[in-house]
Amino acid sequence: MTEPLISFRGVSKRFEGAAKYAVRDLSFDVSAGELVAVVGQTGCGKSTMFNLLTGLLQPTVGDVRVAGHDPFREFNALRGKFAVVFQSDRLLPWRTALHNVAYGLELLHRPAAERLDVARKWLKQLGLAGHEDDYPHALSGGMRQRVSIARAFAVNPDILLCDEPFSALDELTAESLRNEFAGLIRATGKTAIFITHSINEAIALGSRVLVFRPPAQIAMQAWPAQAQTEERRALMRESILAAMTAQ
Amino acid sequence: MGRFAFKKETILGMAAVAIAWQIASMFLPAFLFPPLSAIAERFIEIFTSAQVLDAAATAGRILAGLLGAFILGALLAFIMVKSATMHRYLYPLLQFNQGIPALSWVVIAIIWFKTTEFRIWFIMVATSLPAFTFQIVDSYRTISKELLEMALSFRPSRYDLARTLIVPTVIPGILTAWKVNLGNSSRVVVVAELVGATGGVGYELLQTQQLFDMAGALAWTLTLVLFVLVTQQLITWTEDHLLRYRALSERGI
Repeated sequence: MTEPLISFRGVSKRFEGAAKYAVRDLSFDVSAGELVAVVGQTGCGKSTMFNLLTGLLQPTVGDVRVAGHDPFREFNALRGKFAVVFQSDRLLPWRTALHNVAYGLELLHRPAAERLDVARKWLKQLGLAGHEDDYPHALSGGMRQRVSIARAFAVNPDILLCDEPFSALDELTAESLRNEFAGLIRATGKTAIFITHSINEAIALGSRVLVFRPPAQIAMQAWPAQAQTEERRALMRESILAAMTAQ
Repeated sequence: MGRFAFKKETILGMAAVAIAWQIASMFLPAFLFPPLSAIAERFIEIFTSAQVLDAAATAGRILAGLLGAFILGALLAFIMVKSATMHRYLYPLLQFNQGIPALSWVVIAIIWFKTTEFRIWFIMVATSLPAFTFQIVDSYRTISKELLEMALSFRPSRYDLARTLIVPTVIPGILTAWKVNLGNSSRVVVVAELVGATGGVGYELLQTQQLFDMAGALAWTLTLVLFVLVTQQLITWTEDHLLRYRALSERGI
């Protein structure tokens, strides 16, 4: 049996001085090539789980493994292995779109010519050809988020982590980016964890949906591919909503 | 439009002062209000004789002092942001330093050190260092947590993190500190040169005072002001280039 690419085993996290756990006894696996959507209400512990996964937080109890490494203790072992798309674009304001896309590659010490070529290719792929020399302030919110998606894909990571990347965009832009993003994930065969508070988005994107309720407990799992008809999808939506809101 | 209006007003303001001065020179003794032509003559003489070396010496002392203060100030800032304990020790000391008048540093430097140049350099560093340190520490604290997390997600080395995130964030603060300290240092250097140097603008001002040479005093003062303005402009150009990414509103505040 192959080892999962990402695994949480009995993970709990309580912040210093906090009365309650943000994450309590969380366990799940993600296999290579899966696109797992994590859905839950605000404050259910999704972002804490995300920060545990990226190695920005250390679990109070339990074990997190990403590609066989502890992301907090073996922080540098995961260099180049994963990339993150955040809720806000988090572009460096002093860099042009091209140099923002090339940022991850620069930190991985790829030669300048190579990283700029790759960055140009990804900007083009995401419909931003001609905007290479634009600074972030000259781009719209949707364009900036495209740049941040290009920045993540440019490092060719094994794992892509996305923290509500379309939630700050208008519905039309979000829909268009969501479709492009899903196409890119399928085309590149990346493993991805996609955090969202939108049930529709989770069903549209995920090959598996993990439904969280506080404190980051898995209330339900769903496999959208099994819901072929609109009626079944509606049932799945209702079940997910019930699981999210159950006390 | 805004820039042109500013330039026009600057020129008109300066012209009004010059005209008032010229009128005063017609009715008052020359040793109090020398005519503009006499001041201009002395000003040109500074730049066309060996006296230009005195102006250059002062400029060199200001820049050397500021450079020293910047390097040591940045080092202290680095220690303060790396260690909360050191921050707690150093912060009150720097605040205490800021309360010490430049003239006190002049007296201390004369008692402590023999070499004139080192005395002046010491005074310049002692008076400029806290502003550099405070500005860099404050700029470091403005580093966005969101951008830091984004950069960390790529697992950069410490050097790369400093080069690509920390330095660009603190640059505006450093440039502001240079601009503020430049004006302060031009005043301090004159005081330092007045009491110990055998050359420089401060020394020349002392000579003009002893000769009651108001035209010379004003010419030397203008020389120093000119140096400050030119250097300020160079810093502003550097700032405009380095911070060109900033969005400007088409409508002013």
